[in-house]
Amino acid sequence: MKNLNLYNYILTIADNSLILAQRLGELCGHGPNLETDIALTNISLDLLGQTRSYYQYAAKISGEDKTEDDIAFLRIEREYKNCLLVEQPNTHFGHVIGRQFLFDSYHLMLMEKLQDSPDETLAAIAKKGIKEVSYHKRFSSDWVKRLGDGTEESNAKMQEAIDDLWHYTDELFFMTEAEKVLAEDGIGVDISTFKKKYYEEVSEILKEATLSVPENKYFAKGGKEGVHTEYMGYIMADLQYMQRTYPNMTW
Amino acid sequence: MTEKRNWPLWEIFVRSKNGLEHRHFGSLHAADAEMALENARDVYTRRNEGVSIWVVESKHITASNPVNNGEMFEPAKDKVYRHPTFYDLPDEVKHM
Repeated sequence: MKNLNLYNYILTIADNSLILAQRLGELCGHGPNLETDIALTNISLDLLGQTRSYYQYAAKISGEDKTEDDIAFLRIEREYKNCLLVEQPNTHFGHVIGRQFLFDSYHLMLMEKLQDSPDETLAAIAKKGIKEVSYHKRFSSDWVKRLGDGTEESNAKMQEAIDDLWHYTDELFFMTEAEKVLAEDGIGVDISTFKKKYYEEVSEILKEATLSVPENKYFAKGGKEGVHTEYMGYIMADLQYMQRTYPNMTW
Repeated sequence: MTEKRNWPLWEIFVRSKNGLEHRHFGSLHAADAEMALENARDVYTRRNEGVSIWVVESKHITASNPVNNGEMFEPAKDKVYRHPTFYDLPDEVKHM
């Protein structure tokens, strides 16, 4: 493939949105109440919409006879480039919110940079996505504060979720080969430039939520290079079942 | 304890276009006004229905009692002269 680095770069961004959308989609009809259920499903659909734009672009530049559906549904697990954070399960509402908050904070900073990319398609997708992602971040950080600064029980559960998920935050800033090449070319975002800002901003909100900021020495990584946690296989099964069982089916 | 367990009810008013009035869209549960706004955004404006939202906690609305409907509303029924269309306008008055 001629544009292999660009192709991989697009998937590195898009797969995060796809897998997180899938995780949130699992909650459809199972949210803690009607209002939050709809809010989470809206976020899921926002992310899925962004994913489609990225995959359509990736399919176009692949030079192969591919569609967005092939990219979304017909890769094997090792070919998905999402970070480990977004595939973590909906253990309880604190985890749903914690995962969302830790990802949204990163996602918004990424979109803010990506909108200035000389690649017009990527810039356009980022520009459109920024308003959605700003709202996601507002929603998730509000909830972190509510739960953290809520009752003793909600505080304990929110803290538990942050402690569990913190382990996966460092990987957000791990740069794959494609990301390095594209950052050098000026088309992609050098994500290392906002790592410090990310931890500062996230820590500030955690403190406001009366939560303590974890002090991990070790972090997990691998997802961005296709080495996923044990949860990924189950996500694949859910996500791909229809296309694998009834190839080329449409709704 | 009930207070803590059940979020209060909020009435939601949405302005669908600039220049139009806010109209009552429905009600939902939320812990406070800020959450009511966010919930209203997700429940009532996800299909591009609005440009502005008001939320009012339902307990702040004072409603008329249906028991009193007779004295409240029926006297107005036979007072057609309170409609401007009851009066014949002279032809000289234009653009009314």
